[in-house]
Amino acid sequence: MQRGGFRTIGARIVHVSVLVVFTILLAFPFYWMVIATFKQNIDLYTVENNPFTFNAKPTLDHLRLLFGETQFVRWLGNTALVGALVVVITLLLAVPAAYALARLTGRWGQHLGIGIFLTYLIPPTLLFIPLSRVVALLGLQDTIWSVVLVYPSMTIPFSIWLLMGFFKSIPKELEDAAMVDGLTRFGAFIRMVVPISVSGILTVVIFSFTLVTQEFVYALTFISPESNQMVGVGIPIFLVRGDVYFWGSLMAACLITSVPIALLYNLFLDRFIAGFTVGAVK
Amino acid sequence: MAVVETRNLTKVFKEGELGAVNKVSLATHEGEFLVFLGPSGSGKTTLLRMIAGLETPTSGEILIGGQVVNHLTPRERRIAMVFQSYALYPHLSVYNNIAFPLKAQKVPREQHRTKVEWAAGLLGIGKLLGRKPRELSGGERQRVALARAIVREPAVFLLDEPLSNLDAKLRASAREELEQFHKSVGTTTIYVTHDQVEAMAMGDRIVVLHQGVVRQIGTPKDVYEDPADTFVATFLGSPPMNLVEFSDVIVGFRPESFLPADLLPGAKHVRFRYKVNYVEYLGAERVLYGAIEGRHFESKEIISRLSWTMPAGYDAGSVHDFSVAESDLRFFDRKTEKRADPRPYPWQ
Repeated sequence: MQRGGFRTIGARIVHVSVLVVFTILLAFPFYWMVIATFKQNIDLYTVENNPFTFNAKPTLDHLRLLFGETQFVRWLGNTALVGALVVVITLLLAVPAAYALARLTGRWGQHLGIGIFLTYLIPPTLLFIPLSRVVALLGLQDTIWSVVLVYPSMTIPFSIWLLMGFFKSIPKELEDAAMVDGLTRFGAFIRMVVPISVSGILTVVIFSFTLVTQEFVYALTFISPESNQMVGVGIPIFLVRGDVYFWGSLMAACLITSVPIALLYNLFLDRFIAGFTVGAVK
Repeated sequence: MAVVETRNLTKVFKEGELGAVNKVSLATHEGEFLVFLGPSGSGKTTLLRMIAGLETPTSGEILIGGQVVNHLTPRERRIAMVFQSYALYPHLSVYNNIAFPLKAQKVPREQHRTKVEWAAGLLGIGKLLGRKPRELSGGERQRVALARAIVREPAVFLLDEPLSNLDAKLRASAREELEQFHKSVGTTTIYVTHDQVEAMAMGDRIVVLHQGVVRQIGTPKDVYEDPADTFVATFLGSPPMNLVEFSDVIVGFRPESFLPADLLPGAKHVRFRYKVNYVEYLGAERVLYGAIEGRHFESKEIISRLSWTMPAGYDAGSVHDFSVAESDLRFFDRKTEKRADPRPYPWQ
């Protein structure tokens, strides 16, 4: 009894310590961004100061610089627009493709799915030169449409591969039942398969959107004007001037960009994890 | 209600290979409970799926209510199907699961509640309407699946092994409920199973399938007592029919007809010396495994089934006189394995 008691307490201590370690590890960058955003430069650069707290009065100077002297809001808008478009294009192409590969082509579906996934593994650093020719030929250079065109080539293969797994886990009998109950195959797909795979679809949405916000090479290569920048390129280009780093504003920009995505992840966390098809089939 | 008929229905999945279903012609009666019985791989589910419209036949015709339905989609065939896994929609509540066919078929919204409540009431699941499928037990899921099937009052029910996911005790009561249910709605029902007890207990008639071919269609009594060939003879009955080869015929008799000679008065018997090798005690009965000694059938393996009311003393190693009434013998052609005419003993 006593030994069991010790063991439970021991297990709890390990459990809690692991949680604490990971929480600190994951929360620290956010803490650092917040504190750096509001610190005066003099406080930030004085080596003797305790870096984890405010040693002088907090300031809004860095935010003023970010919003007043750069086109940060415009970049955020560009990124949101490109993100939304890429998500829509990805879903429109990847969802039907993944369903077809998962259901209709039998064994070849699997091979083709892996083949498509492999194209995702070709790094952008290899592709940006030929793709910049394509973008130039289409006359899309220096516009956000260049990245709207190029990003789906990265998001679609991965999304197809991911969704294939989701669709395969949905028992075929569910669609059969829906078809017997009065739907067409397309109706069964829209009203049965899509709602059940909502976790997979949300994963695709978040994956595509985050890819757009963090992609660097294509955005840097294809777009030069300040007003058309994506947030991931605009921040380092315009807040690092020569050898001067505007740390406070850089951290503020990172914070403002990353918090919404972090919140989004948190909001749908259950959806990602939930065993959504449990109970459908014994 | 409607009659389902198939004419030379064939399904070949891979060209050049043997068909999963081969030239099956059969017809249900109006309001009948017809059972497709066969081992796994016998084509019974494929046959059912073709009738449902979920599988396209390679050749042949399917008729429902006298109309050829080959070209119709599943939803146009006025059928309802219960799947082996029940296929409940996991993201919908029980109410919405049952109402789903109504919505899909665009039944006016104001009728939904009445119909769902009628179906749920019939199956005793009125209290579960707010739950999700994952919160139900196996038996409850099966009832929800049935309620979803009856809610739009289909012409034909197709049931694909709906009891195979239930434990033995629940299965017996569900079987009884299903029979009652069929009696009360009276819809033509096709039921697929590999379980002969289910088939015998529930079926008005049984279609015995093997390798995609219909071996026999008949009432449970027909297929059990007068099997059309040796496959049916050994597939039905547990333990199966004893088969002994003799010149150009195979002679079959049920283990329960092979009894101690002194318990079978009257003249028309065939007698054997029977050596018991081992005994299975099953409570209500004993199953003896042994061999015939002497005469034509030296050391043929034979099974006998004795009811618990019969005297004890048939222990392993003992030798007794056993006999079979001549009227209980069935004859099969040795080449074709089909039923042959009875012959007088000694069968020459």
